[in-house]
Amino acid sequence: MQKICIVFDRLRAEEKLLQAKASEMGYETSMIDAKTTRFDTDSKRSENDFGDVVLERCISYYRGLNFTACLEFLDIPVINSFDVANTCGNKMITSMLLKKHNIPTPKTYFSFSAESAMEHFEKIGYPLVIKPIIGSWGRSVMPIKDKDTADAIIENRQVTDGPQDRIYYLQEMIDRPPRDIRVITVGDQTIAAMYRKSSGGFKTNIALGAEPEICEITNEIEDLCVKASKAVGGGILGIDLMEDKSRGLVVHEVNNTVEFKGLVKVAEKDIAKEMIDFAVNYTRK
Amino acid sequence: MNCPECDANLNIPDDAAVGEIISCADCGADYEIAKKEGSDIELKQAETVGEDWGE
Repeated sequence: MQKICIVFDRLRAEEKLLQAKASEMGYETSMIDAKTTRFDTDSKRSENDFGDVVLERCISYYRGLNFTACLEFLDIPVINSFDVANTCGNKMITSMLLKKHNIPTPKTYFSFSAESAMEHFEKIGYPLVIKPIIGSWGRSVMPIKDKDTADAIIENRQVTDGPQDRIYYLQEMIDRPPRDIRVITVGDQTIAAMYRKSSGGFKTNIALGAEPEICEITNEIEDLCVKASKAVGGGILGIDLMEDKSRGLVVHEVNNTVEFKGLVKVAEKDIAKEMIDFAVNYTRK
Repeated sequence: MNCPECDANLNIPDDAAVGEIISCADCGADYEIAKKEGSDIELKQAETVGEDWGE
């Protein structure tokens, strides 16, 4: 019987659900806080007890990404892999891969200075949505509806001047109902989907109070999500879609460490069980 | 166990595990359970929300 390790840096409902389900299914399970671990360039897999496969569930993107690199250095199978985490953690790379794989995605513009970002605004016009290339829960995602707002946001970025502030990711504003769709994929299967309804504002993140509602997985949703999952390298993912009134469904984000405590209450499939099954089969490949 | 910040009584559920966050109902301070062996519980200041936190 295989041993499953769940790595976390803040124990949330999702990690406890996965642990309980793995134990219920008869698998030995260990929970490891990434913050308590140490590695070095001479570390060996046998020196640590990460079991046969690790589910990397850190809430901190950079901690999880670099922890994954350490595990892969030790030849320990990790879900998701470093390459997948690196791709999904970066909205720019994700947008490029979606486009390259002919998956409908919002038109997105990239620039690397305040001046070139302003040129984009002047050339394309308004509205546009600005997003940090790395970030979650809708943080710093803003609709920009006029030049005054663009000037203010760019000026603010020049003041804060963090590494991310110099990279401008501007996306067309999709004409859509006030909701988006979150789909959980496990391998090449779509497991569950929900509508995330805006609680009055522009954003639809559950973390910001959006109301979840179960969404039927149509053939179109399934087809798009399976393609999107393959495009970023596969694994356990949260795929976000919008319903463009003229073009239909577009995929705008793929999330690496998917949260599912809300969806688990209404989903028909047992999300945690699907994830554990996937992890167990992952080591058999 | 009392809150290290305001000394109010902290309500720590019996099934709380290492790594979980406990909030003080009085002052709102967040603590992470660093160690739990029976009734022997150690808390540490919880990390604040990072720019890279999320999915």
